[in-house]
Amino acid sequence: MILRTFLSALVLVFGVVLPAQAIEVQRVVSPGGIEAWLVEDHSNPVISFDLSFRGGSALNPQGKEGLANMVAGLIDEGAGDLDSQAFQGVLDDRSISLRFTASQDSFGGELFTLSENRALAFKLLRLALTQPRFDSEPVERIRAQISAGLARSAENPDSIAGRTLRSLFFPDHPYGRPGEGTLDSVAAITVADMRGFVARRFARDTLVVGVVGDIAPEDLASLLDETFLDLPATAQTTAVAETDPQGDGALVVVERDVPQSVVAFGHAGIKRDDRDYYAAYVVNYILGGGGFSSRLYEEVREKRGLAYSVYSYLNPLDRSALVLGGVATQNGRVATSLDLIRQEWRRMAEEGPSESELENAKTFLTGSFPLRFSSSSRISGMLVGMQLQRLGIDYLDRRNSLIEAVTLEDARRAAKRLYDPDKLTVVIVGRPDGIVSNREMPKS
Amino acid sequence: MRPLPSCICSIIALAFVALMSADPAEARVFDPETFTLDNGMQVVVITNRRAPIVTHMVWYKVGAADESPGESGNAHFLEHLLFKGTKTLGPGEFSEIIARNGGQENAFTSQDYTAYFQTVARDRLEIVMRYEADRMVNLVLTDDVVLPERDVILEERRSRVDNSPGAQLGETMNAAAYLNHPYRLPVIGWEHEIRALNTQTALAFYRKWYAPNNAVLIVAGDVSSDEVRPLAEKYYGKVAARPVPERRRIEEPPQNAARRVTLESAQVRQPSLTIRFLAPSVSSAVHAQTYPLQVLQEIMGGGATSRLYRSLVVEQGLATSAGAGYDSSGLDSGDFSFYASPRPGIEIEQVEQALRAEITRLLDSGVTEEEVATARQRLRASAIYARDSLGTAPNIFGRALTTGQSVEDVEAWPARIEAVTAAQIDAAARAVLRDVQSVTGLLLPKPTS
Repeated sequence: MILRTFLSALVLVFGVVLPAQAIEVQRVVSPGGIEAWLVEDHSNPVISFDLSFRGGSALNPQGKEGLANMVAGLIDEGAGDLDSQAFQGVLDDRSISLRFTASQDSFGGELFTLSENRALAFKLLRLALTQPRFDSEPVERIRAQISAGLARSAENPDSIAGRTLRSLFFPDHPYGRPGEGTLDSVAAITVADMRGFVARRFARDTLVVGVVGDIAPEDLASLLDETFLDLPATAQTTAVAETDPQGDGALVVVERDVPQSVVAFGHAGIKRDDRDYYAAYVVNYILGGGGFSSRLYEEVREKRGLAYSVYSYLNPLDRSALVLGGVATQNGRVATSLDLIRQEWRRMAEEGPSESELENAKTFLTGSFPLRFSSSSRISGMLVGMQLQRLGIDYLDRRNSLIEAVTLEDARRAAKRLYDPDKLTVVIVGRPDGIVSNREMPKS
Repeated sequence: MRPLPSCICSIIALAFVALMSADPAEARVFDPETFTLDNGMQVVVITNRRAPIVTHMVWYKVGAADESPGESGNAHFLEHLLFKGTKTLGPGEFSEIIARNGGQENAFTSQDYTAYFQTVARDRLEIVMRYEADRMVNLVLTDDVVLPERDVILEERRSRVDNSPGAQLGETMNAAAYLNHPYRLPVIGWEHEIRALNTQTALAFYRKWYAPNNAVLIVAGDVSSDEVRPLAEKYYGKVAARPVPERRRIEEPPQNAARRVTLESAQVRQPSLTIRFLAPSVSSAVHAQTYPLQVLQEIMGGGATSRLYRSLVVEQGLATSAGAGYDSSGLDSGDFSFYASPRPGIEIEQVEQALRAEITRLLDSGVTEEEVATARQRLRASAIYARDSLGTAPNIFGRALTTGQSVEDVEAWPARIEAVTAAQIDAAARAVLRDVQSVTGLLLPKPTS
């Protein structure tokens, strides 16, 4: 480890300007009762508007995997009186960016527009959410694009590793199914499925909104009503079951003829609302999280040149939690790299971080927080994330103190809870020397 | 969500998409301040008060195309090695100082430039300036840090190229696109030549090219020129100017034959096609065509209502994607390209025919004034968008100033785009889109026997 102690004169670790000083989050509630969090900023005539409905791909019916993703691809392909080319033509001509995405736990939309076009932009958003057309030409075109995307990733080593790992973790749970679907399930999705999705899932009670830019609160309030008041008051969804990841200790080699093995690994993690979440977050930064100085980076890359990238990260889900990692190295060095990673995993579990590592991590994590506020779309995305995670409207003010509050004892406790090298589930895509599977390849 | 892997560098292979535009009446796009230090180092300051942070970048006017024959990858190798310490800092120590100050950093290498950057809280600017200036002149390299890093780069090459059929085809298309000019060589280097790089090759390159008079300093964010100037003088101003060779790459001869390269791989399940024409860049000796070509790119490939998407993807239903790209940022030349990928069940030959038919239609009938007007209007809004993100402006200026352009060229871009006519576009298309200066690349599944 190269973790020297620096002269404090160089490293003024406290007094980093907090973003809260630059950013004020307002709660805007429309007359119709729709809430949005707003950061007003009139310095540039643009508006970044993000929305999200709770509930995502994990709610896709069995056999219709990819439904949320396909809806996301189609609701901006014609709505109301505008067919696909007309709808996209207005977006293009006015340089309005509107896109929708589905993740495991939510369905999101991002609108970015010049403020002079805002009435038109919000009208298009409303049409997309309330009157999507699903004409046959765009439906078949988008289906073909999704299928082509699935084909493109079918033999991509990173995609194979991720898919296989997910199947091992969640063999009998929606989290184990591919969010973007399979060739078969995408072929099976009908227009009726998509209309049903729109009718049941887009509703006011699951909606969160984050807005940044050139708009006053009262204007935003009336736009919220115009845009969302037509949606049903409540969504019809089923609950996704809580689940613990399976596959402890599994090692699966997916044989592929590539010169470099791609390795993905992980096990159960810590959820976002867990009391140890921040301690775990700090500890993971030290193990495999940040920049050019994590333990994994130091041992695997810096000292031995085994890999270009090696990392770990926390992946909390609404109904489960994971800690995941990855490395890619030539086939002859997979075993050595994995040994080193397991060793560091164990050392962190047993000893936790040192006092100076903890201090350095806290300094980085608090000091770099303002760096996230570099564009309006990043900020509006954070405002939505804060609401989905139920972090509170004052989170930006509190966040650094949550990191600061992590003690060495907290960090050691969290490390012990979090890391267990014997439980690691490992997937290797390639032809790693001297490594054989201890499990069957999961069905996906 | 998967975070970006920690990596010291990313190789810039992306085209310079000229993102900014505005009403020509409001002439300034980013409105930077600029000055030059006594040692010849140019400084550009772009104030953006969105957040209390600054991005600090040093761009060197040297890239992979300036390497000696047989040493491909040396510029990128040196970029990695600049993190290995100086006379006063140990290996990785600058990175640790940045991290302890809550900063983020990275670096990248292209054919024409090499850049290093940090983003930090505004009151940490002086710290990164001090150490960036330090490694401009005081780099110390020894085999014990250099040799493991060479292994890292070989793994980087495996990740980026050897494991990816698309990247391997791209590398071969590059080599075919240029008969002589060094743009034909990969920035990361050929594997056998990377293996031969060493402490001496890296230091020789460093001593030849790294000097304040061959670099541009760019600072963007919550800071003014008045604040930057004394710091720039204090740290960079102290580094002595040195003679640096003029960048003269061997020249490309006229091209007389179309080329076609095909890669078949079991890893490919979705075929794709690219047709790439040699084209002038904004910095080429002859560059009057570059602004018309930028508007042409927007007409042919800009979004879901562009000619190619509408024709191949929507109306004919032959392709899942289709578009056009124009890389106009090279110091010596650029390329104009078309791409498409067939729908499941459609043969790639049919898609290629349809794509070539659109090129022929363009050459025969040209573009309409209405298409030009719409494209210009679309480009106009993006100037305002470009001002939104802190990172956009410094990257545009860095690229421009290391590839023969001036601050004024960037700021005048909207006016130059606004002046483009349909007739100019037609003339540029006919001059550039000639088969004899093209290479076609096909990425195909391996047929199963």
